[in-house]
Amino acid sequence: VIYREAGQFKATYADDQAIFPIAQDRWLVALGLLAIALVPPLVASEYWLQAILIPFLVYALAAIGLNILTGYAGQLSLGTGGFMAVGAYSAFKLTTAFPAVNIVVVFLLSGLIAAGVGLLFGIPSLRIKGFYLAVATLAAQFFLIWLFNKVAWFVNYAPSGTITAPPRTVLGVMVTGPRATAQVRYLTALAVVAVLALIAKNLVRGRVGRSWMAIRDRDIAAEIIGVRPLRTKLLAFGISSFYCGIAGAELVFLYLGSAETLAFDINQSFLVVFMVIIGGLGSILGSFLGAAFIVVLPILLTNAPHWLALDMSVALQKQIELMIFGALIVFFLIVEPHGLARLWQIAKEKLRLWPFPH
Amino acid sequence: MTELAWAVLAAPFLDMAGNPRFFAEVLIGGVAAGLMYSLVALGFVLIFKASGVFNFAQGVMVLFAALTLVGLMERGVPVVLALLATTAVMVALAFAIERVVLRPLINQAHIILFMATIGLNFFLEGFGEMVWGADVKRLDVGIPDESITAAGILVNKLELTAAGTAGVLVAVLALFFQRTRIGRALRAVADDHEAALSIGIPLKTIWVIVWSVSGLVAIVAGIMWGAKSGVQFSLSLIALKALPVLILGGFTSVPGAIVGGLIIGVGEKVGEVYWGPLVGGAIENWFAYMLALVFLLFRPQGLFGEKIIERV
Repeated sequence: VIYREAGQFKATYADDQAIFPIAQDRWLVALGLLAIALVPPLVASEYWLQAILIPFLVYALAAIGLNILTGYAGQLSLGTGGFMAVGAYSAFKLTTAFPAVNIVVVFLLSGLIAAGVGLLFGIPSLRIKGFYLAVATLAAQFFLIWLFNKVAWFVNYAPSGTITAPPRTVLGVMVTGPRATAQVRYLTALAVVAVLALIAKNLVRGRVGRSWMAIRDRDIAAEIIGVRPLRTKLLAFGISSFYCGIAGAELVFLYLGSAETLAFDINQSFLVVFMVIIGGLGSILGSFLGAAFIVVLPILLTNAPHWLALDMSVALQKQIELMIFGALIVFFLIVEPHGLARLWQIAKEKLRLWPFPH
Repeated sequence: MTELAWAVLAAPFLDMAGNPRFFAEVLIGGVAAGLMYSLVALGFVLIFKASGVFNFAQGVMVLFAALTLVGLMERGVPVVLALLATTAVMVALAFAIERVVLRPLINQAHIILFMATIGLNFFLEGFGEMVWGADVKRLDVGIPDESITAAGILVNKLELTAAGTAGVLVAVLALFFQRTRIGRALRAVADDHEAALSIGIPLKTIWVIVWSVSGLVAIVAGIMWGAKSGVQFSLSLIALKALPVLILGGFTSVPGAIVGGLIIGVGEKVGEVYWGPLVGGAIENWFAYMLALVFLLFRPQGLFGEKIIERV
């Protein structure tokens, strides 16, 4: 009864093409955005921000990136960690070389660099697809990590081999570095993610997104109706890596504070793949849901034994976590290949009719 | 510039010619490492041939088999009995996978099945670790890990055994595929699922068989890897190297898996020893993938694969 679009008429094309055509959705999203911008910084503890909310935002961005490539354009990539590393290391190099440049600009620039690297490793996708491509992206993963490990120039010859986020301010507020508060870092990450997610949403429902989906669903047919595979695939690689690169930069600058290449290893790539599958392939909302799920699950598993008054070792928790991840992947692929986003859709459909069955 | 060209193009070859004995040892080391990759790759090929599933979990299956074997032996079970029990476990695993993962996903796109095996990979990793513990274990199956000198060249006994085992395994598998009824059925299924079904080949049984066989191959690979470098979780990562091996050899070719493994193994070792120092070493980590990447650009079907790649 509450959630019903009866009486909301679409009188213009602009109305028809709105992201949220239903008024209730618009209100919900506006309120929700306001709430997540205002409530957590005021209410949430340092732990909540640092352990859950900030990584959630960072990973959501990476998941959007991978979802563009895998979910929309249908090119499986196992190199997300590598592209994130490119973003992180170029942000570090840029901001230490040009300290005066605004850190947000640095993020965008490092995203562009990551996009360039992504384009480079996307070239094989023009001849190969499926798991052949997955192996090609593995090459990117291992090569990039090796490169950042070996070439000391990338870490400014730091003997520890780690990159550390230097203190940087935006509009007089400390955003990165050890003295930046969790609240500020949270809000920065939120702003970046909100803007980029909006752009992504508009990309995938526009001409570009449709050509990606055409390539994904039937590449030969897509080519015949005039979608250029070369441009479309490379564009997907570029934009996807742009998002992943910014996510990588945020991972170091807003979340971890300092990192070495270990933070971007193959497991990181798999983690993002999981987010995309569980959240929903081909859904921007799904990227958020998947990221939330994967970030919260380990914390739940860590705390669940306490609540149930069970005694569990850390190693056992880790193992159970792995098993649950694996089982969930298989479960979702079997039961709901479109992931949590699809469940949300179904819930919405139900809600429209509620409380009536038909 | 000329210095660089000299260091890249000429100096390594002069090194090789200057110390042929050392070069031979490097080559043999590469061959041995390559055979290890081949053993893992074989399991991939078997499953891919018969069901079109790219089994990402093969590496973990190797680990799981080795863990089970070691775990049983640590509890005082005699070697033969432990081997039999491990075999039973792997066959049971094949049944479980067919029932829980493959059957519900029948007729799905290959990429979905591939991702399901990634899930399987993580599940097995967690499960194996939970049951058998996470610490590095020594696997001693009575093959001495010592070197003998033949014609002035150091050869490791263990590597020799691994080479022999790989050879025997390939021969047996080739016979199995070419000469037996089940092998013929497997090839029929690999060719065309529907046609195979319509002439009365039970698809489900075939899948169980092929997953069991690759489980057995995983046991052999697990024993060899385990004896060489201990049973530990990095094994599952080493198994990722089987992917470039497959690309080189072709996804559907058993001999291809062997040759691909040898090329990767030798290329990796020779590259590391002679060219690695130029860029700071440790190129072993990515060399195989890059080789595969370059290879894909020119010959996407691999050395021995069937040429059915469509290009768009």
